[in-house]
Amino acid sequence: MKRRTFVLGGLGAGGALLLGWGLLPPRQRLRGKVPLPTGGGEVAFNGYVKIGPGDTVTVVVPKAEMGQGIFTAAAMLLAEELDCAWTQVRVEFAPVDAIYNNIATMVDGLPFHPDDNGRVKRTARWIVAKYMREFGFNVTGGSSSVTDLWDPMRDAGAMARLALASAAAKQWDVPVTSVQVADGKVSLGERSLGFGALAAQAAANLPGTWERKDITRWRLIGRPMARLDAGLKATGTAVFGLDAAPKESKYAAVVLPPSLGATIASFDASAAKAMPGVRAVVQCPGSAFGNPPAIAVVADTWWHASQAAAAVKITWTPGAGATFSSASALANLEARVARGDGRTFADRGDLVAGFKAAAFSVEGAYRVPYLAHAPMEPMNCTVRVSDGTVDVWCGTQVPGVATSAAAAACGVEPSAVRLHQQLLGGSFGRRQVADYVAMAGEIARQVPGTAVQLIWSREQDLRYSKFRPMVHAKLQAALDGDGKMLALNVASAGQAQVQGWGRWIQNSALVRVPDKTTVEGFTDQPYEWPALRVVHDSADFPVPVGLWRSVGHSYTGFMLESFVDECAAVKQTDPVAYRDAMLREHPRARAVLNTVAEQSQWGTPIAAPVAGGRAGRGVALHWSFQAYVAHVAEVEISPDNRLRVRRVVVAVDCGQVVNPDGVRQQMESGVIFGLSAALYGEVSFTNGQAVPSNFHEYPILTMTETPVIEVHMVSSDAPPGGVGEVAVPGIAAAVGNAIFAAGAGRLRALPFRLAAGATS
Amino acid sequence: MISVTINGAPVELDVPPEMPLLWALRNVQHLHGTKFGCGMALCGACTVHVDNVPTRACVTPVSAVAGKQVTTIEGLSDPVAAAVQAAWTELSVAQCGYCQSGQVMAATALLRATPKPTDADIDAAMNGILCRCGAYPRIRAAIQDAATRLAGGAPAASPGT
Repeated sequence: MKRRTFVLGGLGAGGALLLGWGLLPPRQRLRGKVPLPTGGGEVAFNGYVKIGPGDTVTVVVPKAEMGQGIFTAAAMLLAEELDCAWTQVRVEFAPVDAIYNNIATMVDGLPFHPDDNGRVKRTARWIVAKYMREFGFNVTGGSSSVTDLWDPMRDAGAMARLALASAAAKQWDVPVTSVQVADGKVSLGERSLGFGALAAQAAANLPGTWERKDITRWRLIGRPMARLDAGLKATGTAVFGLDAAPKESKYAAVVLPPSLGATIASFDASAAKAMPGVRAVVQCPGSAFGNPPAIAVVADTWWHASQAAAAVKITWTPGAGATFSSASALANLEARVARGDGRTFADRGDLVAGFKAAAFSVEGAYRVPYLAHAPMEPMNCTVRVSDGTVDVWCGTQVPGVATSAAAAACGVEPSAVRLHQQLLGGSFGRRQVADYVAMAGEIARQVPGTAVQLIWSREQDLRYSKFRPMVHAKLQAALDGDGKMLALNVASAGQAQVQGWGRWIQNSALVRVPDKTTVEGFTDQPYEWPALRVVHDSADFPVPVGLWRSVGHSYTGFMLESFVDECAAVKQTDPVAYRDAMLREHPRARAVLNTVAEQSQWGTPIAAPVAGGRAGRGVALHWSFQAYVAHVAEVEISPDNRLRVRRVVVAVDCGQVVNPDGVRQQMESGVIFGLSAALYGEVSFTNGQAVPSNFHEYPILTMTETPVIEVHMVSSDAPPGGVGEVAVPGIAAAVGNAIFAAGAGRLRALPFRLAAGATS
Repeated sequence: MISVTINGAPVELDVPPEMPLLWALRNVQHLHGTKFGCGMALCGACTVHVDNVPTRACVTPVSAVAGKQVTTIEGLSDPVAAAVQAAWTELSVAQCGYCQSGQVMAATALLRATPKPTDADIDAAMNGILCRCGAYPRIRAAIQDAATRLAGGAPAASPGT
C-alpha cells in the first residue's frame, strides 16, 4: 500500500475518481479487484460469499476477529439475506482489497457534534465515504465493523440469494417469483435444489439489482446467537498468530532498547552464537512503522533464543528519551493546562456570560496515566523470505499496513507479500500498529529461506506498547442558584492518540490534522449546556502512543462523568435526576439513563456492607461510537479501606442490534477492561523506561474481583452503532461516583487509590 | 533424552532438562493449544495437567515431568472435559479465546475433584487464570452449567437468555 491521504484537504486529485465510483452499479461495489481465491469446487459470488460442494456457505469477513465477535455478527448479516441454514455457515478472512476499506470510523472522525445533521456535515460525510472507498484502508477499529458491514454483507447475501433462485427457476422454467428460498435450498412444490448444485450456474448470471428483506422477515438479526468460533476456542484448536508458524520454523527472541530512543552503538554476539540451538544473531535497524532497533537471536526454539538473547553484549547510545519520566511529564501537562494553551475544539454559547451569572463555580483537576493494551497473546509474527516472495503469518487490525511494513522491511514491493491473517489473541488497539511485523521482516530478511517466528516476551509487550497517553485536565463549571450547569470549560493536555498512530501507519495526513480524539467525550455529549468550551494542548513526549480501546473516550468518560457528579453534589441533587434534567431533547440518552436507574433499583436503600464498612452507588452516562451507555456501580469499602466493586448494571442503546448475545458479551468485556484500568492500570516511566515488567506489576482484574454484571439493551430503530468500546468509558466514573457516595471522598486520578488507611 | 507421556503417548524429548515444558510442547512437539502468556506463572494461559494436577507449563522444567503423564488441551477426552467444552461452546464463553485453553484445563481439573463446586471453589481454582477480554462471568456460569450436565441435569439455555 502506498501512502494514502484521505482528509478533506486532499480531495482535489481524487474528485474525478469519486464520481466514477458513485456511478458503478451496486454489483461492482461488492466485487474486489481480484476474485476471491476458491478451492475444492467453491464458487465465489462476490467479495463476501462463496458456496461450495455440500452446500457450505463461506462468509468472507474483512475484519480482524480479536474477540469482539465480528465473525458471528458478519455471518448473521449475510446469512439473513441468503437464507442459508446457519449450520452451513463457515467464516474465512478476506484478502486485502479496496472494497473492504473503512467508512464509518473515518466519518465518525469528522469534527461534528452528533446532534448536527446540517448540510455541511452531510456533504462531508458523503465525500469522506466515497473517498475512503478509493484511497482509504482497511482497519478493524473504532467500533465500526458492524456499521461498515451492515449494507455490504446484506447486499452480498441478497445478491447471491436472487442468483440462486434465478438459476433454479431457469432450470424449472418458471418465474423466479414462484420459487421459495429457505434453509439453503431453493424449492418449488416437491422440487428442491441445494445451493451447492446451483452455485456455478447462479454465479455465472449475477443480477444487477436485488431487494433486501423487510425487517418483518428477519429471522437472524436481533436473535441471540452462539459464537461461530466458540467451539474452536473451547477445544484449543483455534489458530492464533502464535500458532500459525510452519512446522519447520525457527524462533526469534529480541533485545530491545533500555530507554526510549536508544540506538545500538555496538554488540558482541560471540557468546550467544556459541549457545545450543542458536542459528543466527542479527541486528534489526528499526523502522518508521514503530519498531525500535533490536538485536535478534534466531534459534531452534523460542526458549533457546531467549536464553541466548540474554547473553548478547550490547552497547547502547542513549537517545532523546533517556531521561524521560512520567512524573516530570505530568508537571509539564499541568503547566500547559494552567496556561490554557492549545487548540479550541469546541466553543459554543457564551461561556463568559455563564460564569458571570454563576451562583456557584466548581473546579476539578483530573488525570489518567499511560496504559498498555496487554492482550493475552504477546506480539508475534512469522515471516519467510523466499525467492522474492514474502509470506507473513500474524494477526493484525491493519492488513494493508502490515503488508507495507513487511514489504519495506524485506525490500520488496507490497505485491510480493502474502499476508496470512490469523485470529488475534486480544488486541484492544495494539495490533493497529505493525511494528512487530516490520521487526519480524527485518529478521527474516537476514535468514532467507527460513520461516522465523518473532515472539516478544510479556515484559516487552508491556514496555514497548504504543501507549494510551497520560492526560491531565481541568474542568470548570458555572452553576446557577439551583445547581444547574450554565457553562462548562475544559482544558486538557496530553499526547494525541490518532496523531501518534498516524506516524506508525505512515499516514502524514493523520499526523498533521487536529486530533479530535483528544477531546472526544468532552465535545460530543448529549448534555444541553448553554455554553461549552473545550481546549486541548497536544504534547510531544518521546513515549510512543497509539490507539487504546475507546481512544479519547477511555479517559474523557471518567473525567466528565465524575465532574458532572461533583456539580450535582453542590446542591445535593440526585445524580440521575441531575443528568436527566440536562437531556430534555435527547430521548435515547434519557431512556438509557432511566433504564439503568430502574434496573439498578436506584434510589432504594443499598444492600448493607460488611460490619464497619461503607457502600455506595454511582451512575455514569456516556455517548461514544454511536452508542449511549449508562452504568450504575455498587461499591463496598471495608473497614480496612479495601475497595470492592460488587455489582454493575449496564444499559445500552447501540442502535439496531445484530447479535444481542454479542452486545451483552461486549458490555461485560468493556466493564471488566475498564475496571482493570480504574483499579490498577498504570504504566509509569523512569529514566526513559516503562516500569511495569509483567502482570504482577500491571495487574488486570481477576475472576474473584469481577462484579456481578447485568446488561439491559434499550431497543432502538437507529442504525447500528458501535459495541466493542462503548462500555469502557463510563465504568471508572460510575465506580468513582459510588466511592464518593459511600463517603470515601472524590477521587480524581486513575487508578483509584483510597485515602489514608488504605491497605491495598 | 527425557521420557514423558504426552496425551497418552510415550515421548522422548531431546531437549535441555531445564527447558520449560511450554516450549517443548509448542516448539518441539508442535502442540499449539497450550499458550504462552507471561512466562512467569502469572497468567495461567499455559496450564496443562501433570499427573492430573493443573500445572503452569511456562515455569515447569521438562526434567520435572520426566516419567509423568502430561495432558494438554489436545489430549482432553473424558466426559468431564466434554461437558466443560460443551458448556463453553453453548454459552459462548470465549471472546478472543487465547486464555481459554488454560481456563478449560483448570475448570476440568476442578470438576473432576469437585463435581459440585461452590462459588468459593470456583474462585480458588480459577482466580489465577487471567482473561483480558473479561470472560469471567461466563466462565463461572459455564462451570456451573457443566456441573449440572455431569450431574444429569438439563444444561443452561442458549446464550442471552
